[in-house]
Amino acid sequence: MAAGSSIDALGQFELHPVLGVLGESLRFSQSPMMMIVASIVVLAFLYLGMRPAAVVPGRLQAAAEMCYDFIYNMAVDTIGAEGRAFFPFVFTLFFFILAGNYLGLLPFSFAFTSHIAVTLALALMVFCLSIIVSLKVQGAKFFAHFMPAGAPKALAPLLIPIEILSFLSRPVSLSIRLFANMVAGHVMFDMFAAFTIMLAGLGFFGDVIAVGPVVINIALMALELLVGALQAYVFAILTCIYLREAVAH
Amino acid sequence: MARAVVYENIRRAGTLLASSALALPLMAMVAPGARAEGMPQLDFGNPYVIGQVVWGAGIFLVLYLLLSRSALPKVEKVLSLRRQTIETDLGIAHKAKTRADEAVAELHTARRNALAEAQANVDKVVEEARLAAARQTEEMNARLAAEIHDAETRIAQARGTALASVREISTTTAETLIHQLSGIAAPADFVTAKVGSAAAARGL
Repeated sequence: MAAGSSIDALGQFELHPVLGVLGESLRFSQSPMMMIVASIVVLAFLYLGMRPAAVVPGRLQAAAEMCYDFIYNMAVDTIGAEGRAFFPFVFTLFFFILAGNYLGLLPFSFAFTSHIAVTLALALMVFCLSIIVSLKVQGAKFFAHFMPAGAPKALAPLLIPIEILSFLSRPVSLSIRLFANMVAGHVMFDMFAAFTIMLAGLGFFGDVIAVGPVVINIALMALELLVGALQAYVFAILTCIYLREAVAH
Repeated sequence: MARAVVYENIRRAGTLLASSALALPLMAMVAPGARAEGMPQLDFGNPYVIGQVVWGAGIFLVLYLLLSRSALPKVEKVLSLRRQTIETDLGIAHKAKTRADEAVAELHTARRNALAEAQANVDKVVEEARLAAARQTEEMNARLAAEIHDAETRIAQARGTALASVREISTTTAETLIHQLSGIAAPADFVTAKVGSAAAARGL
């Protein structure tokens, strides 16, 4: 935020203990608190939505079913018939990230997806899962993927390291994509909000111009709503793609 | 009209955004001390950074278990129930349609049979009526023929009777005429012979 004539746009990402001494001792910051809130929101959405369990659904039930169908179709269409087994995981991942992204847009809230540690942990979880599934389904054939089919054997010393590097870069790209998008959005929010406050201190002329950053922040909010959903979708669809490669014989 | 309003709003928003963009250098000038002290996210010495990963793993696991064991099966149950209901209703509807089609086919068959039966009855009644009329006509013709025959017989008898008395009447008339014209009483045999010959000449 604006502090005097300076802007601390990164201060919003600092972690502070919540719940006092208990939070300090348990290393419980606002980030896990928002993870719990996000989980409660997702669970409440499904439980409250499906409470009527009506054959002809109401609005909330229809929304819950639509979300279910959306992720189910994504998992089955991308992974194949085996996608049914991974559907709960992809659903959890998508809505955990989506809820985190959207809750972070609320004032005085915190976007836990703006922390590389969190996104990297999620990406490594997906990465490890895909390797475990690959080894379980394909066995040693999994390692054959590092040598592209049909490529000259003479190029193996060059291609295999490139393929391994490409494979290992998956969790990095997966985590940085989400982290960078969230950070960029929140930094821009903070910057433009700080501009408004600073410009408002310049008198009448400043008051008039200060409307500009407010409008930009409104537009940014629309953009961030799109980015939040898009990043959750990208994370989920890439997870599905990695799992499809893992279950492919 | 509505489109014009939308265009006008877009134009206004564009103007405002352009003004804001032009004001960016000014904003940068008024914020010369924007700090870049490093990202808190990369401060891995902060125990809360790693702490959130540990908490996140636990929270994610609990969320996954709750979703996979409880929440998602509830949705699946409702969806499968709906699928089942729709399939059952469709089955019932198909059966009802089949029954309706069969009933319609039966109705058509019954209608055709009834039509044929009615036509046969009509033909039978018409034939009976025709036969009755023919019989009646025949009886009437026979009766009429008998009556005609009786009438002819009676006429012939009457004619015979009449013809039988013609000679007598003619003879009497001739005798009377002769007497009244000449004052002479003509002999009866003579008159009778003359009348007889004249009647014979006329076929009486």
